[in-house]
Amino acid sequence: MSLLEVDHLTIDYKTRRGIVRAVNDVSFSMKKGETLGLVGESGSGKSTLGLSLVRLVPFPGVIRSGHIRVEKKDIVSLRDKEMRSIRGSKIAFVFQDPMTSLNPVKRIGDHFIEFLRTHTPHISKKEALKRAKNILDELGIPNERINDYPHQFSGGMRQRIMIGLAIALNPSLVIADEPTTALDVIVQDKILGILKDLSRAHDMALILITHDLSIVLERCDNIFVMYAGHQVEYGKSEELYRDPKHPYTQKLLQSIPNIELADQKLDAIPGSPPDLLNLPKGCPFWPRCPHVMAICRIKVPPIISLGSGHLVKCFLYGGTES
Amino acid sequence: MIFIGILIVFSIIVMTLLGPWIAPHDPFKPGVGPPRSPPTSEFPFGTTRLGQDMLSRVLTGGAVMLQVAFLSALLCFVLGVPIGLFSSYVGGKTDKIFSMVMDSLYAFPGLVLAIAIAAMFERGVISMSFAIAVVYIPSYFRIVRSQVLTIKELPYTMAAKAAGAKWHTVLSRHILPNVIPSIVVVMSVNFADAILTAAGLTFVGLGVSVDVPDWGYDLTSGRKDLASGMWWVITFPGLMIILLALGFTLIGEGLSELTSPRLKE
Amino acid sequence: MSTIWSVEHLRKYFPVQKSFFERLFTRKTEYVKAVDDVDFSIRRGEVFTLAGESGCGKTTTGMLLARLIEPTSGKMFFEGKNIGMLRGEELRRLRRKIQIIFQDPYASLNPRMKIGKTVGHPLEIHGLAKGSEKGKKVLEVLGEVGLTPPEKFVDLYPHQLSGGQRQRVAVARSIILRPEFIVADEPVSMIDVSIRTTIIDLMLDLREKLGLTYLFITHDLAVAKYISDRIAIMYLGKIVELSEKTELFSNPLHPYTMALLSAIPLPNPERKRQTIELKGEVPSAIRIPSGCRFHPRCFAATEICSQQEPKLTLVGSDHFVACYYPGARPEQNG
Repeated sequence: MSLLEVDHLTIDYKTRRGIVRAVNDVSFSMKKGETLGLVGESGSGKSTLGLSLVRLVPFPGVIRSGHIRVEKKDIVSLRDKEMRSIRGSKIAFVFQDPMTSLNPVKRIGDHFIEFLRTHTPHISKKEALKRAKNILDELGIPNERINDYPHQFSGGMRQRIMIGLAIALNPSLVIADEPTTALDVIVQDKILGILKDLSRAHDMALILITHDLSIVLERCDNIFVMYAGHQVEYGKSEELYRDPKHPYTQKLLQSIPNIELADQKLDAIPGSPPDLLNLPKGCPFWPRCPHVMAICRIKVPPIISLGSGHLVKCFLYGGTES
Repeated sequence: MIFIGILIVFSIIVMTLLGPWIAPHDPFKPGVGPPRSPPTSEFPFGTTRLGQDMLSRVLTGGAVMLQVAFLSALLCFVLGVPIGLFSSYVGGKTDKIFSMVMDSLYAFPGLVLAIAIAAMFERGVISMSFAIAVVYIPSYFRIVRSQVLTIKELPYTMAAKAAGAKWHTVLSRHILPNVIPSIVVVMSVNFADAILTAAGLTFVGLGVSVDVPDWGYDLTSGRKDLASGMWWVITFPGLMIILLALGFTLIGEGLSELTSPRLKE
Repeated sequence: MSTIWSVEHLRKYFPVQKSFFERLFTRKTEYVKAVDDVDFSIRRGEVFTLAGESGCGKTTTGMLLARLIEPTSGKMFFEGKNIGMLRGEELRRLRRKIQIIFQDPYASLNPRMKIGKTVGHPLEIHGLAKGSEKGKKVLEVLGEVGLTPPEKFVDLYPHQLSGGQRQRVAVARSIILRPEFIVADEPVSMIDVSIRTTIIDLMLDLREKLGLTYLFITHDLAVAKYISDRIAIMYLGKIVELSEKTELFSNPLHPYTMALLSAIPLPNPERKRQTIELKGEVPSAIRIPSGCRFHPRCFAATEICSQQEPKLTLVGSDHFVACYYPGARPEQNG
């Protein structure tokens, strides 16, 4: 049974200077326990997509069309009250910056107690505290520190606490938005390991939103590549690594350094990142694409299925006959 | 929003400048009309206890307020901004001392402090402006200082230093231009507050002398007249004061909206 | 091969701000030992990289070499001259030879200055060119960094450029005086991955064309592998390992280096990576552990490691380590 189904989702931001289409006709699904890497650079729309799954797209963003089905239930049209009961308990979101996401005047234990009791009001403080301690154990945070304040923890520890809060109610899906961008590589490795372990231990689906392709190649079952709001490629990590289809994915793979290779020749994508207020007609990637064809400058390519769940949005693989 | 504000302020300035010519009567001359007359077709804003035409007084009475507003803003800018720039750029003990002085001034309730200072000098536009300036300089200082402290550490300032720029170049080419937007916002609020404080000073008798038409003065005398049912003496000047203060505030609000989103880019 | 920089016993300590009460009751001032007795030299024409995690002192070292801050103690010889305590006019003349590129392309350009003015500013400061001659140099340099056509970019404001373009402007500004040495502090960390290589390649090209020497600062060892000639790994204010690039990656000798390298994600789902786990976290730079500052977290630490700080010693041809057990392997946990 698929846990999450996103169906032709489109999200716009109505800004003073025009409409920015942050997410453009995106569709994918996730099963229980699956790890998905959502990858993109500046202007890709990955954060907006992630936030939309918990209906937290900030103003002036609006879900223009499409469906988001969580366990078969469409959450796009849910009322706030119902959404609030899903947020945190069914789907949890871990924000990027652990420095500002915790309340500096609240002890860690109180963070957990408040969170747990908001969603399950009938549990006692004692039970909530016990659960909090269990979670801290799982995350490698010493129990004695439950009465400490956020500023007494390092960045890596704070991120672990954030993750702890996210999994406290055993959600079916955790979305982590750039969870390790602000952290050093050793801490990053630890945090990602924790997320993956939790995902396996609790059969929890995990979406990792990041610009770092190496991380998702290493740790995710599937990868979803975004460019200028479009879903340019989607498929299993091994497949995307061995045989990337979309020119953007290919170029991206060629531009990340791999320390295991000697004398690596690194590539770069010419041009500049997309300006969402001024997207070119047709495929948004065509100005930078080495395989651009006439049709690419006029029409947006359709999403083409290449078998075994591998999807590409590119005229190189079809869609030219109309 | 900013356009409405500019429109209001501009109209009032024009009206005041043209006042002496467009006013139907000499605003100070007593007895041009029947005393204590409520608004009629001949005297649309009524007359005062001494028979002065209120319409003429309203048309010309903004002069003092405007002068005080602009003069005090000028003083604040000329004194508050350089002190703020210098103090925060130099830092250390100098900064600590200036900050202490400014904070102390800031701690005083504005009108009380203005009254205290205005009372020390001869009544008039200059002493009122000076009193208001003293009250407001700490605000300029604070805003400038908080901006400078941030900008001082930004890479583009360091890059200028790394290229060998001397301190005055860094201040004038890099720090000041980026501080100006916030100063402009404070300035508009300053104007609005100055108007209201000037009215307050006149109210307690520290304003200009009696023979100059002034909205603030009419507020004072109008208060007494209100008791005897002469509502028009206090109302029209009062409305003008509010309108002028509103105009400046709108400009300030509009400016702050203009400057912040662009910085967010 | 000539040496452009020779740094000896370099230290930078920052006093910790104390609250009013703390000042009343305690005499001792505590220090953040950002750079704690560091020695190294940089050869002319090389890309010398300082790598490490946040708080290791690499940025502070960069600021010291760019003379944006003064050392607490130690000697910094640039082209044979000790520049640590230079002031005034002499310092200003030195600045023509040493330039810096910052990490944040959004904050390193004055938002109120046009690109042309920003790039030409150093020429103005040193009175080296005016008017049309200055304009010509600006156009020339903009072309050198790949911002073509240069005429188009001269009148633009920073907010009209992308991150990558802004960083090129920063590079242009740094080379217009034709310096000898450039400190590049994480110049590509905030740029999209797919265009990082263009900036790095640009920097390498300019090295050839203009005979530049770089101090490259980064936390990203994969980038370090691509651009560097030699790499120095820093931990808590000290250099723990220093060697030629390929040697460092194929034969890391310090336990910290090994752990660091093992934690780098590999863009390859078919490889199973084994991370070397370290105990605990990086301690505060105010309370530095005794002896070898890495010993509380080290898998190879013994008694002596907690008592005496190991010195940076030559252990191969051009490979330095500060460790009593260089090359020790962690035991495989079951």
